[in-house]
This record gives sequence, structure tokens and C-alpha cells, in this order.
Amino acid sequence: MSNFLPTIVSRSQSSNIMNFFVPIIAIVLTLITGSIIFLLLGFDPLYALYTFFISPISSSYGISELLVKATPLALIAIGLAFCFKNNIYNIGAEGQLTMGAIFGGGIGILFHDTNTFWLLPLMIIAGAIGGALWGLIPALLKTKFNTNEILTSLMLVYVALFILDFLVVGPWKDPHGFSFPKSRAFSDSGRMPLLFDGLRVHFGLIITLFLIFISWFVFSKTMLGFQLKVSGFSPKAARYAGFNQTTLIFLAFGICGAFAGIAGLSEVSGPIGLLYRDISPNYGFTAIIVAFLGRLHPLGIIFASLIIALTYLGAEDAQLFLQIPSAVGFIFQGLVLFYLLGAELLINYKLSFKRT
Amino acid sequence: MIKFITIISTFLVFAFGSANADPKKVGFIYIGPPGDHGWTYMHDVGRQYMESQLGDSITSTYIENVPENADAVRAIRKLADSGHDLIFTTSFNYMDQTHEVAKDFPDIKFEHATGYIQADNVATYSARFYEGRMIEGHIAGHMSKTGTIGYIASFPIPEVVRGINAFYLAAAKINPDIKMKIIWVFTWYDPGKEADAANTLINQGADIIVQHTDTYAPCQAAQKAGVYAFGQASNQEAFCPDAHLTSIEDIWGPYYAERAKAVVDGTWSSGDTWDGMDKGMVVMSPYNTKLMPTDLIQEAVNMEVGIKDGTLHPFTGPIYNQAGELVVPEGEVAPDGMLLGMNFYVQGIDGEVPQ
Amino acid sequence: MSVDLILGILQIVLIATTPLVFAGIGELVTEKSGVLNLGVEGMMLVGAVTAFVTLVITGSYFFAFFISLLSGVVMSGLFAFLVLFLMSNQIATGLALTIFGIGLSSMLGKEYIGTPINGLSPWFFVIFSFVIVFLVSYFFYKTKMGLILRAVGESHNSAHALGYSVIKIRFLSILFGGSMCALAGSYISICYAPMWQEGMTAGRGWIALALVVFATWKPERVLIGAYIFGGVTILQMNLQALGLRFPGQFFSMAPYLATIVVLVLISSNRLRIKLSAPASLTLPFYKGR
Repeated sequence: MSNFLPTIVSRSQSSNIMNFFVPIIAIVLTLITGSIIFLLLGFDPLYALYTFFISPISSSYGISELLVKATPLALIAIGLAFCFKNNIYNIGAEGQLTMGAIFGGGIGILFHDTNTFWLLPLMIIAGAIGGALWGLIPALLKTKFNTNEILTSLMLVYVALFILDFLVVGPWKDPHGFSFPKSRAFSDSGRMPLLFDGLRVHFGLIITLFLIFISWFVFSKTMLGFQLKVSGFSPKAARYAGFNQTTLIFLAFGICGAFAGIAGLSEVSGPIGLLYRDISPNYGFTAIIVAFLGRLHPLGIIFASLIIALTYLGAEDAQLFLQIPSAVGFIFQGLVLFYLLGAELLINYKLSFKRT
Repeated sequence: MIKFITIISTFLVFAFGSANADPKKVGFIYIGPPGDHGWTYMHDVGRQYMESQLGDSITSTYIENVPENADAVRAIRKLADSGHDLIFTTSFNYMDQTHEVAKDFPDIKFEHATGYIQADNVATYSARFYEGRMIEGHIAGHMSKTGTIGYIASFPIPEVVRGINAFYLAAAKINPDIKMKIIWVFTWYDPGKEADAANTLINQGADIIVQHTDTYAPCQAAQKAGVYAFGQASNQEAFCPDAHLTSIEDIWGPYYAERAKAVVDGTWSSGDTWDGMDKGMVVMSPYNTKLMPTDLIQEAVNMEVGIKDGTLHPFTGPIYNQAGELVVPEGEVAPDGMLLGMNFYVQGIDGEVPQ
Repeated sequence: MSVDLILGILQIVLIATTPLVFAGIGELVTEKSGVLNLGVEGMMLVGAVTAFVTLVITGSYFFAFFISLLSGVVMSGLFAFLVLFLMSNQIATGLALTIFGIGLSSMLGKEYIGTPINGLSPWFFVIFSFVIVFLVSYFFYKTKMGLILRAVGESHNSAHALGYSVIKIRFLSILFGGSMCALAGSYISICYAPMWQEGMTAGRGWIALALVVFATWKPERVLIGAYIFGGVTILQMNLQALGLRFPGQFFSMAPYLATIVVLVLISSNRLRIKLSAPASLTLPFYKGR
């Protein structure tokens, strides 16, 4: 083997300087690659990049939209962190989100002509319960029957989507809606209050920030956080320490499901206001990327959710102002992720040029 | 804040659209890519027709692949914010989103396809595709040798159920024993699944395939199996020349041109448009002269004439539902209200509408 | 029920299930070496579009499949570079690959949507899908290389200690997986539904991923799982066409529920799972550990 190629050596501690620099390196690389792509497609690269990254958030409305888009991503991702820290691969958050929307939205439909202060809290609780119940199914199957949770949680996504479909086509159909597949609108008290007049950013953001703070506290200050970390790092050590893996699995899935359920409920009681077939643009799947991009850390997840949300908004602006097809938006988003993920190497490992 | 937005929007309207010399901006929201050769493609063909008709007095833009959820509001608002004077939202599930944005931009005109709620600045428009289904049914009644029709349905919404009923009523007039085999695929768009459904129907004896989904996979499957098929949304003859009898084409161009012209002239007003063959919004693709006898083609053309001048209506009584109850009395035609919310099969169709 | 009807149903099931078998067996080899690639859907789409576009341009089916396989190698090579050399998180990188593939395929195919082509008969590929499953099974359990590959997936550190190149073996496994996914995609756009439409694989990549776990990482069981899945889907269509009354959504749900049920039955035997699941799945390997 060549002696002059660098070898990769694990850092004893992840590098703090690199923690800061990596996103910047990734962004610079993205900008360079992006410029090349746009140049090849015949667009002015500077203007294209401006349209992608600056113009979407250059107004208060734009910033509000960024938050609207980032809120469910961050909330689901922080829930997923409970699972992923413990090496539980729950990839069915989309289904848990859908169930949350069904449970919470069901309450909203039931009380569609009631205007009281307790309606929204009840819907939020129902959403959390719905998501948690859906999350507990793979947990139960995993602990009882040793069934792989990647598969069951993924399959349950489709089942949840079909249940929603069945409800809005059938029993929950708006009786005045000419048989179109959508429910009645929730009453005003079943909607998330808006934080600012005329902007869509809603109370769900506050809930999300609160739950992220709680999660940070759990991760860093409590026994549960310690247990999750240890049993994720070494299940054997966790067993020796007397941690109950079954309980941890149920907790992680339950918390994650509840968070995703609340995210689903805030989506339908926030910007949407009723139930229909297509409530989520794959928030549950995108949040998996957010969780890993944020390295399962609360602050990281907040930043990652904002970056991913920005790439979505940027793709829309690029279509509108530059007639760049939406496909290029996806390609660009993929590249940003590749760079961010690839550059993580520099945090946890360093290159060594010493002879081996 | 709302006031602020209104001021901004008035400013934008002023800046971009008030002077007569400036072209009016027309924006479109698409559910799919314009190249899908189905629903969105036909809207884009309509957009281009509008541009060609109105020349320099308008410009147009579109945003494609806009999901039917909270994201749609942002896309519509972006069009409104960037000085568009007229915005077409081309899928049913953009309804609430269109109205949400329209509330904040009273000076901008909105047009929502296939919706049923109007506002001062929101008009709705749709096409009577079921008129075309009637002609297809008539042709199928003559052309089917096995007496079994295979129908690929997407979602159980009135639009699709209406099409099935119109087709069956016309087919049963020619051949009272004709049987409908219906597969609901619960997707608008999955070429593989659509082909599977077509092959399943053919395998069960159907010799004519009718589709209410978006791709030309069913027509291709019919071609391969040597049976007949009707296309959807656009003329699909190029993909299955030996199976394709005709297609129902969605022709939006004249409507788009008319509405955009109204905005240019300052005469636009809200309303509900549900046009059919008489206005050229629903058009039958050229009938396949290789496959269909000349007199059948002549009958189909005569039916078009009848539908256009109002002497022929696909839902003319007596019409019974599956329970045998008379829903449209003899000599009357089904009112638009019944057609809009249609969620039952007429007598003679087996099975039930998935609920 | 006549014999013809049953034979017809069987044909439809075979044609519909073949892409699942290709993608599933490819992903199985990748996972068996200890790498989880969630980019199946993206690679299938790029495989589908490159095959279609090449066929339109050159008119040669051979080139179409060749270029398509090459696209699978390039796409999975990109993934392999990220997860093996830059040690990025496999799950997130796979999801990013899918996003990238969706975008890339739409862009490459933009000018070719609605171009008519002559579809190719699926039967060669249907047979080939059985052959490839048999070959992979033979490779795993009857050859030394197969044993090494499984060892790498089981414990990369031991395999490394024994002098095998973990990175090289994983790289090749990922490339094989990628080319199989591309083959699945090209089968869809050339044989199954001969056309190019954006996103035309319609979620089959995710089903293929599920199949691998369903099969408990055993090649022949990918075949069984794929056919249960394909069979249930086609069966419900047949029941619908026979005029049976039922809520359609529940039948559309059936394949997914069936997968869960069968999985529970298979995996309640802990030992059996332990024996076949690659222990190092998703764990990164670096020599300095």
C-alpha cells in the first residue's frame, strides 16, 4: 500500500473547531458545485445562488415560511433522536405523524361547531396519543416477537396513510363537500393560534421549541438520557449496568411517536385546518435526514431543520424567478446533503500523513 | 400586518400591472410536471395556447410539482407576491389554499380548477368530461365482442363515478347485457400498477379498456394484448395505434385565453364555469378509422353534435340506482347538483363505490 | 375458475414482481456485507431513465441496459465513496441518494417524456431474476468469496484481522446492489410499462428494502417475499374485477399488513434471525479502531 496516502484516524474526542468549520466547508463546497451546475445550465450562478439561499428569506413572510417548514422537521427529528441514540431504527415517523393527525384531527372534526378554550389542548393530547400508539406497535413487535423495527415501522406508514384515505373518503367526509375526499374544517378554537398577524408561523413553533428544550434536558441531565446513550453505544454494558432494554425501546418509540403525532396535528390544525389525503410532504422521512445531519443533538437538529427547509423554499423560488425545473432543486438538495454528510468525517476523524 | 401586505400587493399591482402597456402576468400552479402527458400536460398546452392568442399583452409562468398541502399556500402566495394578475390553480385540493391567499390579495384574480367554492376574486372552472364518456360507452357497446368492459378507476370521487355511470348508461343502451368490471387502483399515477390492472381486466375477459388514471400504460397493455382501449386527457394514439379508439381530451386553452383577455380588458368577474363539448372544452380525439366501422364513427360524430346542441344528455331519465329507486324521472335530465356530488352506481353496475 | 384465467393471473404476477426481485436481491447483497443503502428508489429511477433515454437515442436494447447498469454503478459508487471513505451516516446518505436520484432522473428525462418506444418482452428478465437469486444463494453458501462477504457483514473487525479488505468487499457489494437496482428500473421503463414518466417506480424501491428484512437476509426468501407481495396486490385486483364488495383501501393495505404478520411469524424465532442478520449492518468500519 502506498505510504503517502493519508490514513484516517479516529479522534479521541470529536473536534470542537471542526464542529464549527464543517458546516462552513460543506456550504462553500455546495456553493462551488452549485455555481458550476448553474453555469452549465446557462444561468447566472450568483443570481441563481441568491435565488436559492437569500431571496426566500429576505422578507418577514419568507422567514415565517421557513419556520413553518422547519417546525415539523425539527420536532420529528428530535423525537427520532430518542430512537437513534439507542440504535433503534424507527423510519416510520411519517405514519406516526399521520396517526397523530387522524387522532387529533378526529377530535377537531367531532367538535367542528364548538368554540372553547379546551379544544386545541385536547386535540394536541389526542395527536400525541395517536402518534405514540402507532409508534408503540413496532416497539411491541420488536420486544415481544423480535421483529425488525425498520420494516414494521415503514410498513405501518402505508397502513396509516390508507386509514387516513379511508376516513376522508368515507366516514369523515365533509357532508357539504360534494363527496370530495376531505373533512369538515375545524372550528377556530381548534386551530393553532398564529404568532404574528398575517404570517403563517403558529403556536406549533413554541411547542416544538419547548419539547426540544425538554429533550436537551433529558439527554444531558437525566438518567434516561444516560441510559439511552450507553445502551446505544454498547448494549452489553447497558445490560451489565442493569438497564432494561425493553423499557428503553418502549420509551424511545413512545416519545418519538408522540412528537411525530404532535407534529402531524400541528400541521393539520396549523396551516391546513382540516383533514385530507395528502397532509405531509414526507416530513417524517425528511426528518430522518435532519436528525442525522444535526448529529442527534438538539441544537444541531434546529440548524439542520432550517437548512433543509431553506433548500425546499429555494427550489420554489428558483422555479418561479429563474424557471429552473423543480428537479434541479432536488439535485441541489441532494448535493448539499452529500457535502454535509461527507464533511462530518472531519469532525470525528482526522487525516494522518504518518507512515503506517 | 394584513394591511401591510395589502399595501405591498397594491404597490406590486401598480408597479407591474396597472399601466396598459405593461403585459399582464398570468401564473399557474401545477400538481405534476408539465411533461406528464396527462392532466398537467394539458393545462400547460392550454397555457401555451393562451400565450399564442394574446401575444404581448400577457406573460405567463408556472410552478410545477406543487404538493396539495400546506406548501401550496406558499407557492400560490409567491405568484401573488411577484406581481401576477391572474392565477390558475389546477387541482381540486388547492381549494382551501387558493381561498386563503385570495383573501389577502383582493385585487388579484384567481381561478381554481374543479372546485365548487367561489369568491369575489376566485372563479372556478371545470369540464364536463362525462360527455365524452357517453360517446366512449356508445362505441364500446358496439365494439365489445365479449360484452365485458374493463374500467380502471383512480379514486372514488364524483368526477370518476360520474364517468363510470355515463359510460355504462350509453353502453347498456346498445348492449343491455354489457358487464362492467371496475378496478380501483387508488392512485392517479403508477404506470406499473395501471398496466397490472389493465392486464388483469383483459385476463378476466374484458376486450375494451377504459381508464381514469394519468399514464398511457393501460392503452399500451391493451395494444399488447390485442384489445381496444380509450385514452385519457390527451390523444394517446401514438403510444397504442392498434388499440386506441379515441381519447377524451381536456382543452383548456380557449378558456385560459378568454379569462386572461378579460383581465387585460379589465372585465374579469368571478363565476363558475362547467363547460363541455359545446364550448370546446371537451374534445374527442380523431376516431380510429382502422379499427372502427365508418357508420359507427358517423354515429359518434352525430352524438357530439347532439351533445353540443343540447338534444343529447348522458344522464337522461329514467335512471335507477342500484337499489332500483328512480333517481332521474323519465324525460328529465340529472340536475348539475346531483352530478357534482354523484357517489352511487346506476342500476346494472355490479359492486359498490368504495366508501 | 378456468385454467386459462389462473395461468393469466400467474403471468401478471410474474411480470409485476420481477422488479421487486431484482432490487431486493441487490440490496440484500449490499446489506449482507454490512451496509444499508436506503437509496434504492433513487437508483431505480436513474436506472429507468438512463435505459429509456439510451434506447431512444441509440435504438439498441443492449446499450440501454448496459448504460443503465453503468448508471447504477455510478450512483451506488457515489454512495460507497461517502459511506466507506468519508464514513458518513449510511441511513442519511441513502435517503440523500434517493432525493438526488429523483432530481437527476427528472432532469435527464425531461425531453423524453412521451416518446413512444417498442417495449421489450419481459420473459427473459423474469427468468433471469430467478437465475440471479439462485446465483447469489450459491455464491453466499458455496463459495469462499461468499463466505468472506458474509464474514465482513458479520464482524468487520475480525474479517480485517484475518487479512480481508473490508472496504474493497463492501465497495463491490454496494456496486452490485446499485447495478441490480438500475436493472430493476430499466426493466420497468423498457419491459413492464415501456415509457418514461417522472417518479414512475412509484415506491417500489421502498418495498424492495422491506423485502430484504422480510427475507431475513436469505436470497431465496426475497423471492418468496416478493411473490407474496406481488401476489396479494394482483389478487386484490382480480377480486375487485370479479365484483367483490369490500372497502378498497383495506385491500390496498393488505400487502403491507401481510408483510408485518409474516415477519412476526418468521422472526419470533430469535435464533433464526440472529443467524442471518448481518451483525455489522450500518456500522462504519475504519482501520484505526
